[in-house]
Amino acid sequence: MRLAIFADIHANRQAFSACLDFARARGAERMICLGDYVGYGADPEWAVETVMGLVDDGAIAVRGNHDNAVGATAESMNAEAQAAIEWTRGRLSAPQRRFLAELPFELQEEDRLYVHSEASNPAKWHYVRSASDAARSIVATSAHITFCGHVHQPALYSMSSAAKMTSFVPISGVAVQLLGGRRWLAVLGSVGQPRDRDPAASFAMFDTNSREISYCRVPYDTEAAASRIRANGLPLWLADRLSVGR
Amino acid sequence: MARTSVKTSVVSGAVIDGFTIGECVHHGGMATLWSVTHPGIAMPLLMKIPRVSEGEDPAAIVSFEMEQMILPRLSGPHVPACFGTGDFAAQPYVVIERIPGKTLYSRLGDLPLSFEEASGIVGKIAPALADLHRQNVIHHDIKPSSIMFRPSGEVVLIDFGLSHHNQLPDLLQEEFRLPYGTAPYMAPERLLGVRDDPRSDLFSLGVLLYFFTTGVRPFGESETMRGMRRRLWRDPHPPRKLKADYPPWLQEVVLRCLEIEPVWRYPAASQLAFDLGNPDQIKLTARSERVKRDPISTVWRRRFNDGLTQPKPKADLAAQLAACPILAVALDTAEGSEPLNEALRVTAQRILATLPSARLACLNVLKLGRVTLDRTLDEQGNNKHIDRLVTLKHWASPLRLDENRLTVHVLEAIDPAAAILEFAEVNHVDHIVIGARQNSLVRTLLGSVSAKVAAEAPCTVTVVRPPRAASLHEQDANVKKSDEVRA
Repeated sequence: MRLAIFADIHANRQAFSACLDFARARGAERMICLGDYVGYGADPEWAVETVMGLVDDGAIAVRGNHDNAVGATAESMNAEAQAAIEWTRGRLSAPQRRFLAELPFELQEEDRLYVHSEASNPAKWHYVRSASDAARSIVATSAHITFCGHVHQPALYSMSSAAKMTSFVPISGVAVQLLGGRRWLAVLGSVGQPRDRDPAASFAMFDTNSREISYCRVPYDTEAAASRIRANGLPLWLADRLSVGR
Repeated sequence: MARTSVKTSVVSGAVIDGFTIGECVHHGGMATLWSVTHPGIAMPLLMKIPRVSEGEDPAAIVSFEMEQMILPRLSGPHVPACFGTGDFAAQPYVVIERIPGKTLYSRLGDLPLSFEEASGIVGKIAPALADLHRQNVIHHDIKPSSIMFRPSGEVVLIDFGLSHHNQLPDLLQEEFRLPYGTAPYMAPERLLGVRDDPRSDLFSLGVLLYFFTTGVRPFGESETMRGMRRRLWRDPHPPRKLKADYPPWLQEVVLRCLEIEPVWRYPAASQLAFDLGNPDQIKLTARSERVKRDPISTVWRRRFNDGLTQPKPKADLAAQLAACPILAVALDTAEGSEPLNEALRVTAQRILATLPSARLACLNVLKLGRVTLDRTLDEQGNNKHIDRLVTLKHWASPLRLDENRLTVHVLEAIDPAAAILEFAEVNHVDHIVIGARQNSLVRTLLGSVSAKVAAEAPCTVTVVRPPRAASLHEQDANVKKSDEVRA
């Protein structure tokens, strides 16, 4: 089965629409959403509604820290993220807020684990920025492959049977077979706010038969997404960063 | 995922994923090789099975995983075709085409080979390496036992267990504290942990060429880290010290491959192949004449100057190769070609300006008649071939290229386009720049050389035209205007 895996959509309608179209055109049979549907972007209602629709159709969705912050005011965030979350809270309907509040932190399916941040303590929202961060997550789960987001920069880590780590920045369009002899942590790039200096929306496809992961980049109308952010009075940097991918 | 529990239960007659196991043909330290058959595949096949039981070298597993990732992605005549892989989850294996014959290792008893034979062999390995590098893979274990030949004579590279794929995770990246490979052939930068420089393979090929022509390994056989590290500062004895009759051009090639700093080696395998295919065109430098190693002061400077031996940041293999193409410019020396040749020079200059490692081959075709018996001397007794070479060099002189970046070639042929295409094919030219006339009666009658080259070349072709003269239409308009003035 071909999975399409999306992380850090961040209420960016233009980017998520482009990724969904791209994934469907390439035969995606199942959608996996790794959290942070809201925050930063200006279309949270649409984003949550879309994810709810996908879940109705059999998609998997887990909770991100921004989704969590909508319900839990104690979540610590930077000023811009905080401003966006407060604005978002007022936009979402009660059923939408309930949907976010009821999402699981992690979900395992066959030998795959889906989690927003990492597996060792999903509710603490640790970032995976290095091979040792990745190792901490890999040893905390029995899953063979963990898919996560949160960092907004794609990366692929593996651990050998001798607990040696490899780290790698995946190249979009080049499929990598996740060999059965080692354990893997695939960090997805961000759909709605890429930060690796490539403004194109980032997601990945995974084929459960061939065990190949392909990271994909999808160009979208960043200017339209930025205009929505400005028009809604959100912090300007949240609009400006979309065109530079930072 | 307890892989150590996977036992190699392979026996003759067993069937794995449709492959029927035949006899065991090799029992090595890292893997066993079995002949296998498959009802849908006519070609002879080999199944490679890693040794993964308890107590085996962990390198066997990682090397196998690397081959499992890389082999299915490779294609072309210079690698064995891959027909299937099995994962550690069940029975790990790869099935590849069985290349008949022996590896180059079987020739070790015949060393030293003649200069012609050895350079001929390396001249066939270099294009195979270029093709591998083009596919984003650095072999990292080039040595006689990794090299085989197809019946057609083409080199096949085998054993990718230590290889690096520039677009895939490098599983050997942090696996071993010591660099893994074959000590006598290992490039110095490998000792510093560099795994993404294709010029490491050129160093290994230089070791092979040195060994095959002299019978002596340039860095000995030491397997200790201390012994291997010496090559970071100590250069080998020049081959001419061992053999006084060693051809200077061949020493030039060998010592360039064995340069300690990768940047002083050939920038790409295709350029090494080019030199071995055109030995009379090799620019001889001080390297070619040396009979002594570098003075001790140079060696000490290398040894205690860390700057020289620091690893560089990770490189993009494709970008690195794209920066050192072989460019061929086809020139016409006929009367009236000056504007076109000037335009060709401007284009060549622009391309070369952006690619400091590119090399330029200037071509001219000395057309032979189909019927008449051609004579090398013209009516005045001048040698036409030499005249053309002089003309080509003269054309190139304003480009001010280092001599090792420039070669000139006069091709004698009946069909100029075919000659240019053949040159491009044989020498792995990356980009042909060729002129086309604006309005040529010859073109209308005989078909255009540039059109044929552009249509059939295996590489990029730029067709250059001289600056546009006023068109017929504009001339007509001018005539009309002057008529009007007259009226």
